[in-house]
Amino acid sequence: MTLDAFVFTIILPLLGISVVLTVVRMVKGPSLADRVVALELVNLLAIGIITVFALVVEQTEFFDIAVVIALVSFMATVGFARYLERQRERESTNDSP
Amino acid sequence: MTPLEWFAAALMLLGSLLMLLSAVGLLRMPDMYNRLSAASKATSLGAIFLLGGFAVVQPDISVIGRVLATVFFVLVTVPVAAHAIARAGYRDGVPLWKQSTVDEWEGTLDAGRDGAQRADHVGDR
Repeated sequence: MTLDAFVFTIILPLLGISVVLTVVRMVKGPSLADRVVALELVNLLAIGIITVFALVVEQTEFFDIAVVIALVSFMATVGFARYLERQRERESTNDSP
Repeated sequence: MTPLEWFAAALMLLGSLLMLLSAVGLLRMPDMYNRLSAASKATSLGAIFLLGGFAVVQPDISVIGRVLATVFFVLVTVPVAAHAIARAGYRDGVPLWKQSTVDEWEGTLDAGRDGAQRADHVGDR
């Protein structure tokens, strides 16, 4: 069994199942915070999938995309968290000025 | 496969199993804080194992440098992002699980107007 076959038959299906389970939580998630958590996990899974794919096709340039996703996903998560807190503060100030 | 490739395959298998464990935890845990814990810890370790497998197969100095930079960045940012989400979710009023025992922000001003109410039923599995 070559490394390529191992990756295509075992590693990528495992990561794909993880993405499906995470998207189920993102659709179900009762609160917005649950959805943000699921989004963060999807970003980390994307890093893993792109890394493994770059290994299989032997194009190390693809790995740069994983680096960029790691950088951008942090910004997205912190932005959502700030949005949640601001939303709360705005509601409070509107009710009791 | 060479022994080095076997080692990389083992690393990537471990990493993808940790990712799967984390996704199952995200789906099965009872409230947002437990789900956040499952999603942030196991996932960063899984991503590090997958990146390590890549570095083992491509032992090039530029690849190893980028892998180390990404591992460092994941280790720094994932806990910070998890903390930010937990804080924002608590202030937004996300309920704790019924069987949670410690709530250090209970009744404080920081928790918002009325604090996070503990739900009787978090039956949203």
